[in-house]
Amino acid sequence: MATDIQAGFIALNRFGLGSRRDGDLAEASADPRGFLKAELVTPRIALLEAPDLPPTAVALQRLFEENEQRRVTRLSVMRAEAARAEVGPMSPPLAEAEAPSMPVAKQPEQPKEPPKPPLEQQVFRAEAAARLQRAFSARPGFVERLVAFWTNHFCVSTMKGPFVRISAGAFERDAIRPHVLGRFGDMLQAVESHPAMLFYLDNQLSIGPTSQAGERSKRGLNENLAREILELHTLGVNGGYTQADVTLLARIITGWTFAGRLGQLGEAGTFVFNVNAHEPGAHAVLQHSYDQAGVAQGQAVLADISRHPATAQHIAYKFARHFVADDPPPALVDRLANTFRATGGDLKTLSLALIDSPEAWVAERTKMRSPSEFLYAAGRIVGRVPDDPNPFLGALNILGMPLWGPSGPNGFPDTAAAWANPEGMKVRLEIAVRIADRWRDALNPRDLLDEIAGAAASPETNRAIARAESKQQGLALLLMSPEVQRR
Amino acid sequence: MNLLCETPSPSRRALLATMGGLFAWAYLPKFARAADARDPRLVVVILRGALDGLSAVAPVGDPDYAGLHGQIALSLSGDHPAIPLDSFFALNPAMPVFARLYRAGQGAVVHAVATSYRERSHFDGQDVLESGFPGPGRVASGWLNRTIAALPRGARVAAHGGLGVGPTTPLIMRGAAPVLGWSPQNLPQPTEDLANRLLDLYRHRDPVLGEALAQGLSVEKIATGEMDKTPRGGFASAAGMKQAAQGAARLIAADDGPRVAALAFDGWDTHANEGGATGRLAQLLGGLDGAFEEFERVLSPVWKDTAIVVVTEFGRTARINGTTGTDHGTGTVVFLAGGAIKGGRVIADWPGLKPEQLYENRDLAPTTDLRAVVKGVLADHLGLSGMVLANSVFPDSIGAKPMGGLIV
Repeated sequence: MATDIQAGFIALNRFGLGSRRDGDLAEASADPRGFLKAELVTPRIALLEAPDLPPTAVALQRLFEENEQRRVTRLSVMRAEAARAEVGPMSPPLAEAEAPSMPVAKQPEQPKEPPKPPLEQQVFRAEAAARLQRAFSARPGFVERLVAFWTNHFCVSTMKGPFVRISAGAFERDAIRPHVLGRFGDMLQAVESHPAMLFYLDNQLSIGPTSQAGERSKRGLNENLAREILELHTLGVNGGYTQADVTLLARIITGWTFAGRLGQLGEAGTFVFNVNAHEPGAHAVLQHSYDQAGVAQGQAVLADISRHPATAQHIAYKFARHFVADDPPPALVDRLANTFRATGGDLKTLSLALIDSPEAWVAERTKMRSPSEFLYAAGRIVGRVPDDPNPFLGALNILGMPLWGPSGPNGFPDTAAAWANPEGMKVRLEIAVRIADRWRDALNPRDLLDEIAGAAASPETNRAIARAESKQQGLALLLMSPEVQRR
Repeated sequence: MNLLCETPSPSRRALLATMGGLFAWAYLPKFARAADARDPRLVVVILRGALDGLSAVAPVGDPDYAGLHGQIALSLSGDHPAIPLDSFFALNPAMPVFARLYRAGQGAVVHAVATSYRERSHFDGQDVLESGFPGPGRVASGWLNRTIAALPRGARVAAHGGLGVGPTTPLIMRGAAPVLGWSPQNLPQPTEDLANRLLDLYRHRDPVLGEALAQGLSVEKIATGEMDKTPRGGFASAAGMKQAAQGAARLIAADDGPRVAALAFDGWDTHANEGGATGRLAQLLGGLDGAFEEFERVLSPVWKDTAIVVVTEFGRTARINGTTGTDHGTGTVVFLAGGAIKGGRVIADWPGLKPEQLYENRDLAPTTDLRAVVKGVLADHLGLSGMVLANSVFPDSIGAKPMGGLIV
């Protein structure tokens, strides 16, 4: 096969995380499709394991203990204050409010250690650091792009609070990664029964109205998770389901929850089926009646809708939109949907079908790198990502894409128009300038452009970088060039 | 903020104890004694982007100057008259501090200077300027570092190593000799020049991104006042240059601090709207002048033993272009300042500015090799022999004899 630098560039950028400097472009150009496929067949390529990254249950158990400690401390403080109020009636209320602590002998000021971040933040940072290192080392990074795609498709959000913050990384490692080259149906089961998703979409609160717990309490059904399963995770908003289907699915998955600190229903922090909260009886979803008992009932619904034609269409469209174009070619979407249907949702075959689709190689590079893709690409170009994830997390925040923190269950936008906005471009430029300032003249941007794009770089970009007044300015221009911003 | 961008050299922040004793033989014995008493300081400032020497130190006595430099030419009359240095040259009025140093015999200019590089690429030009090799891309070390490495182990200058200012050490200071790194804490901001270059690229290649960026930047302008004019740090602003100079001066003034420092200032690539006595270049020159002022103030206890050398990769065209700026050229100026400088003069073998006198009918012709100027300073200020200078500091430069008499 003749070397094709344009196709190699597409392989690295449209499919992968961008060129690195150590011969990626040459290898990708020698056999663009083979370069991508080789990554897909690498054993365990999608998994991410490290000693400092706790499994979901361990992370949640630590959080439960931490919360318990905080609660006990709070209680004892309240008790102490109440006791003091009883013995000290002379204190006027105002003074009390101003000086709530016991008078103590003045002590010499001691230099304080900076306070440790909360437990959930420590875990979150370790998870982020692992993603940063992986995104830097992955080659070409198509699998990491798939992980990111599916994690955004099945998003949870740290905005929900410490519970999701401490478990979001484990959610991705435990529920997404094992299945990105496996079956969609398995990923769906793993996601919808993961504590992070159950908590994020409130299913632990949902109680069957005629269940034992429902009979005893005023609480009842919460449709949040059931609705998003149908609207966002599987069939799609026009997938042919009704409000009745949402309510019935919500009944079916009542009792899908996780064990709490005391572990009465199972190991703390793991998925459990709470039969007491489950709405008994058979229910029909999409005109199909499910009469299984217990957790099997919900599992059967998920298995069926994971293979539904509307799901195939929905996934195929999002997949093509993510990788190829905001408005993807209908022929491509149809081919991907057919593949999905024919294989019962085999995601490796789906990815291979994308690689083998001519549309994916000839489409104009109109897609824009998302903020995280931009930062990863920049790190791969300069040849280094920081060990400390905080600057990376900070940059993602100001670029409007906080890690695992979308504002809603529909995830971050996946269109170029959403990211190519004035504020976003201005902030990207500022970040490019800061990266360039760090490197100053230590890198030659002409060489970098040659290494990452070669003949695929436009003459205008070549010229702009060659004419830059300093290597630093040239590096900023390179990071902002269409070659880097578009994919 | 530290983004994806740790320092590339792990040893940068450490003052290592290792020294290049191999080169001890190179040190002239008479200077070994002299240096023990003197404790000299040397600062090298690089102006990245190529300084227009004809607008910094104008040959107002040359009959062809005003015509070539057109509406940005300096003049001894008008609202912002240039400051006469002698009967032929005048200084840009944005540099009153340097003018004062010059009159006090502590500032000198060498004109019509260039490195051995004759192409017109900034990167390659800076590489030659800083590496000290005759061509680009030869080595990963700089002549200032090799200068320190060539000094005997016992010398003060050698013992304290070098100072590299900026988030990464400039090439001129990279190498085997120990280097202390320091960077002023400021958040670099996009300059108007960078924004314009990027917008120009987008105009040709990606109008959608161009439109978005243009909108984003004009919103920013309204929010913060004009870009670039608000001092927000960065090495292309007067405030940033002053801050860098102050910090560097404090570090090399300290008894146990480095004795040799390298700084780099940005923004000198004035292709459009360069300005003359006022405007963009004048603002930058004012920043450089502010840096001189900071060095003089902070280093006052050791000022008599201080030499500051200001260099740039090449000059600019003698004729202004169609956008009231100048393009990449050849000959330019070197500024020398400090109590150790034998100043009060402009040193030039003036080539003239008639078309046939210009280099390639376009640039100020170089008549002095920049290496000769620097070698003169290194020889007389730090005591390096001509042999070492021609072999290890500036390889293959035997033809560029050290210029004598630059140091008091």
